[in-house]
Amino acid sequence: MSRIKVELKKDQVDKIKEICKAFDNAEGELINVLHKVQGTFGYLPAEIQEVVAQELTIPIAKVYGVVTFYSFFTMLPKGKHPISICTGTACYVRGAEKVLDEIKKVLKIEVGETTADGKFSISCLRCVGACGLAPVVMVGEKTYGRVAPEMIKGIIAEYADQ
Amino acid sequence: MSEYKIHALVCGGTGCRASESDKVIENLQTEIQKQGLSDFAQVIKTGCFGFCEKGPIVKLIPDNTFYTQVKPGDAREIVEEHIVKGRKVERLLYTAPDSDEKVSDSKSMNFYKKQIRIALRNCGIINPEDIGEYIARDGYEALGKVITSMTPEGAIKLIKDSGLRGRGGGGFPTGLKWELTRKVESDVKYVVCNADEGDPGAFMDRSILEGDPHTVLEAMAINGYCTGASHGLIYIRAEYPLAIERLKIAIKQAREFGFLGDNIFGTDFCFDVEMRYGAGAFVCGEETALIHSMEGNRGEPTLKPPFPSVEGYLKKPTNVNNVETYANIPVIINKGAEWFAAIGTEKSKGTKVFALAGKVNNVGLIEVPMGITLREVIFEIGGGIKEGKKFKAVQTGGPSGGCLVEKDLDTPIDYDNLIAAGSMMGSGGMIIMDEDDCMVDVAKYFLDFTVEESCGKCAPCRIGNKRLYELLDKITKGNGEQADIDRLINLGNVIKDTSLCGLGQSSPNPVLSTIRNFGHEYEAHIFDKKCPSGVCKALMIYEIVEENCVGCTACARACPVGAITGERKEVHKIDPTLCIKCGACEDRCKFNAVIVK
Amino acid sequence: METVKITIDNKIVEVPKGTTIYKAARQLDIDIPVLCYMDLPDLKIEHKPGGCRICSVEVEGRRNLAPSCSTEVFEGMVVTTHTMRVLNARKTVMELILSDHPKDCLVCAKSGNCDLQDMAIKLGIREIPNQDIAEMSTYRKDFSPSIIRDMDKCIMCRRCETMCNEFQTVGALSAVNRGFYSVVAPAFEMDLEDSPCTYCGQCVAVCPTGALTEVDHTNKLIEDLSNPEKTVIVQTAPAVRAALGEEFGMAPGTSVTGKMVSALRQLGFNYVFDTDFAADLTIMEEGTEFLDRISRHLKGDKDVKLPILTSCCPGWVNFFEQQFTDMLDIPSTARSPQQMFGAIAKTYFADKIEVKRENLVVVSIMPCLAKKYECQRDEFAVDGNPDVDYSISTRELANLIKRANMDLNNMQEEDFDKPLGESTGAGVIFGATGGVIEAATRTAYEIFTKKSLDKVDFKQLRGMEGIRQAEVDFDGTTIKIGIAHGLGNARKLLEDVRAGKSEFHAIEIMACPGGCVGGGGQPLHHGNLEIIKKRTEAIYREDANKPIRKSHENPYIIKLYEEFLGKPMSEKAHHLLHTHYSDKRKKIIYMK
Repeated sequence: MSRIKVELKKDQVDKIKEICKAFDNAEGELINVLHKVQGTFGYLPAEIQEVVAQELTIPIAKVYGVVTFYSFFTMLPKGKHPISICTGTACYVRGAEKVLDEIKKVLKIEVGETTADGKFSISCLRCVGACGLAPVVMVGEKTYGRVAPEMIKGIIAEYADQ
Repeated sequence: MSEYKIHALVCGGTGCRASESDKVIENLQTEIQKQGLSDFAQVIKTGCFGFCEKGPIVKLIPDNTFYTQVKPGDAREIVEEHIVKGRKVERLLYTAPDSDEKVSDSKSMNFYKKQIRIALRNCGIINPEDIGEYIARDGYEALGKVITSMTPEGAIKLIKDSGLRGRGGGGFPTGLKWELTRKVESDVKYVVCNADEGDPGAFMDRSILEGDPHTVLEAMAINGYCTGASHGLIYIRAEYPLAIERLKIAIKQAREFGFLGDNIFGTDFCFDVEMRYGAGAFVCGEETALIHSMEGNRGEPTLKPPFPSVEGYLKKPTNVNNVETYANIPVIINKGAEWFAAIGTEKSKGTKVFALAGKVNNVGLIEVPMGITLREVIFEIGGGIKEGKKFKAVQTGGPSGGCLVEKDLDTPIDYDNLIAAGSMMGSGGMIIMDEDDCMVDVAKYFLDFTVEESCGKCAPCRIGNKRLYELLDKITKGNGEQADIDRLINLGNVIKDTSLCGLGQSSPNPVLSTIRNFGHEYEAHIFDKKCPSGVCKALMIYEIVEENCVGCTACARACPVGAITGERKEVHKIDPTLCIKCGACEDRCKFNAVIVK
Repeated sequence: METVKITIDNKIVEVPKGTTIYKAARQLDIDIPVLCYMDLPDLKIEHKPGGCRICSVEVEGRRNLAPSCSTEVFEGMVVTTHTMRVLNARKTVMELILSDHPKDCLVCAKSGNCDLQDMAIKLGIREIPNQDIAEMSTYRKDFSPSIIRDMDKCIMCRRCETMCNEFQTVGALSAVNRGFYSVVAPAFEMDLEDSPCTYCGQCVAVCPTGALTEVDHTNKLIEDLSNPEKTVIVQTAPAVRAALGEEFGMAPGTSVTGKMVSALRQLGFNYVFDTDFAADLTIMEEGTEFLDRISRHLKGDKDVKLPILTSCCPGWVNFFEQQFTDMLDIPSTARSPQQMFGAIAKTYFADKIEVKRENLVVVSIMPCLAKKYECQRDEFAVDGNPDVDYSISTRELANLIKRANMDLNNMQEEDFDKPLGESTGAGVIFGATGGVIEAATRTAYEIFTKKSLDKVDFKQLRGMEGIRQAEVDFDGTTIKIGIAHGLGNARKLLEDVRAGKSEFHAIEIMACPGGCVGGGGQPLHHGNLEIIKKRTEAIYREDANKPIRKSHENPYIIKLYEEFLGKPMSEKAHHLLHTHYSDKRKKIIYMK
């Protein structure tokens, strides 16, 4: 997993500690803690994992082992408008791959990357359960159904000035 | 509910919400208010109706009018015409594809006709955020009955007699599982609800949790009483925010009503439920992996025995069932084992929920009796193949199921028949494929999934699936050799034979079943270097038909790699060594002069 | 005990309920091949992740093959270990494992001593199908002062992870990533040097491939030995002589002291000395420190820190400097024997032979990988010149002897050189768990009670139990002693001390199982800890045969104090033979 360096401020460290404490600093709550921390900070850089490891008194290697096991956790910040494309089977057979190719082409980034201006990032997810609308693309919380490659430029343009 | 004359049920499931059903609800409410009908008509946000293809769905009762693909702008007309004047809005009614007639009552729609809804009984009917509506439909009656009038053994016997088998994939008899956990002596036991639905294309668990969360809580409490557990845990995908939200509301309400907590129904039975979140690992659907994940570890499976019923969460006896299994429990208790056992086949009782998706007209969530045929599901309920194309295969059992074909269509669906046919029930994903789908490419797609989702613990799954993928990739790129098919078969069989958990034990199924049923497609790729469905890019050749080309230069300008040459008003030519097969020329040509061979 | 009867390869065997197929087959002398499996009963570790699937067998009535290492038998079970289905599966899985493994065996440090290579031979692997299109997982090679990680060669048996976490509780390593790209690594796949690794080397000791190996200094040694400007002297740790013979086909537990000395001399060392001498010196310093603390304690001094902890194991020192940083004032300040030797060699001895410090090369032969790091510590160098120049492992020495066309079997027995080669039985037993504290007891008893011991053997301090405790009567005063080997066991004792629940006066801790005899630099035991017990026996045998068995009676130690150091804990001794500890937590990130 590629890394970026982050300097945590004291109030950020305190916030992480507060989250850990809310889970009684219990080792078994690691995944719940990581969810909450990622929910707060948007991602889980090494620096944050170190605080979590220390608070829950578990080896940092183990924390990293867990973070890298689950695809939901990310060590890189996502774009301001994270674009997720469903590559579940229903979407795949209805052309999700072509849609993905178009998104990559328009944004000039690969899956897992963020555009230089920090606006967009692309990730793939497996089935959001809106198979009736396949293929499905999500931008942030908003879902777009029956997406065709031609629609991508328009969808991205909606967010370009935000 | 009874004070209102008309109820407008609007689907608030994830699929319909993606098509602005929230806005539909808002607009309906505004319009009703505008018309001064607030005491007469009520809008209820329900769970999934199942007919996702035609969402958002609005259903008006008591006359069961079923409106499809309702847009926020339609709200006014529905209120003014239907609610005020009692006239149906024809244009929003469903059109039966076979007769082209408008169908108003959902009960007479092919999509619903053959369905029996047990697990989905409340989905699309009640407001999932109101415990009162669940109670009004016999909710928590089964729990009361069990803990006040039945022994744990008696209740387990009832579940055993019903013949209910696990709906998460394995098909293990549910009553027996409960009995195993009951028999282990321990100060603490756990019951777990597996809501880590991970099959791409399957969303029944999510729909149940979104549409009827209390049924799961009730069943878990019953399970707790039967097995001797007072702690319940729901392991749910973090990607299901709506289901999580509704479960949280349901848990809170159930506590307030005394269905969870201490001394339930005035007995000394105490039971409560908390939530644990998955984080995007398909393998966590396997129960040992799920337990390790709940404990805060990497979700790697471990060998059974010890079974979770003996040594599970925090090394305590643990009973794990999936959402759909739980959703059947209260009904079985209320209606009896015999009633349930009368539905289905000899060894597979009751119903099964399937997520119908892919190239079928009616995509959606259906619940059908065991024993129904694939043909009935695909062609009657599903309304046949999209755009009148030819049916090619149906993939059941999720990413590690197998592809079934024409000859399998009349097989009655149950656990054992699907395995005999070379696939499996799995959690109930059902993806339909048509003549445009290349089966080698489909196998490769599924392998891509298992490679990504393999936990990496055992060598056959970790490395073997990768090698299967590489072989398939080689074939789709036109580099396949005859020996590759034998290698795929041997490798596939060994991976199935030696992998640690269900993921690897079934991941080669898509490869093996497509080789079995579509060997000729593999041969076409390997020997003729052709993809019969025209999917595999590397095997395509773009050419310009001289007769049709007018020399407009549009294709040459569109080509990103400069592979097309030709003067204005002269026939153009594509250099196959430069062509990257992006298809831009074909898209741009207005004269049908670019063809793919 | 409830037993079950099962059939394996047409032979019937009755075994206790709960036995695995693998162990039941062993009773019938059927040797089912295993790769990731590791059974260390003395350490209460049975590592059976069921990951490699090489041990798969066919069980009648079962749909798929069963991993014999982790599948329990049941009454009436019928197992076949060599059907064509099994043999094909085993071969195919092995081909898969090798398809993601480099094929550079010729230049691999583990060649000839590699479980994976042995398995490839056993299963008759001749080619890897489709290797041309097979992606291999590749990782950055990681060089630390002691250990090299080359994870391209990792087969995910995860034995190292078990040793690092369950046995040692160090937590430097974890499985990371998922699927094809999963690998065992420190957090963020950073260098081992930046992780909490203690360099105990137990990961290296159990690694079945060349993924984890020691930093090899033999070529550097050859260079120094051939340099006429340099005077090269060697010290050999007590545990080395009890294990070196194994590399030359001798039975485990064969003591090869004299032959080893002769081989070292033939290799060209100018002086062949013994770390045991320095072990005697350690007892003088550490024992005196202990007596000082205990006397003050008995007089009611509340400020005195007890228990005193031994400090000769560098893995253990690394451990507490990272994980028990609030307790840095309780271990003895005495340097390890390796470092005491170096400090004396480059002062007292260098003066004696009139060689300048920079021209004197001090090499140590150690059963240990942490020693490689220890001698590089800044505090053990003068103006950048280290007291001990480098340390090589028992395995490296065996390799060097073979390279020099010598066979240890044919060597004459020779004696160590004087003065730094003379030692007592007390110095020898440093190599086994409980040995340091026994040696200390022999000396401390006589100094404390001013009486002579009738019997120098303190058998209550010996054994293989992970945590032991014993009481020794110091002429009316009861001294309570704790002993732990393995850092996980040490952690338990340390946590008691931290919580104020410990009643011990002294605790001996060794990082490795069995003490130095089971060190990370010793000949590989391949999972058979009986070998370590045999080495321990050899150590105690050597002690019993020594004419002098108490450190304070070593005439050369007495002379060293007379001529050079003065008395134990003198200012000079303090300067040369003691150290200090510091918080070495890896503040890699946010606290920096």
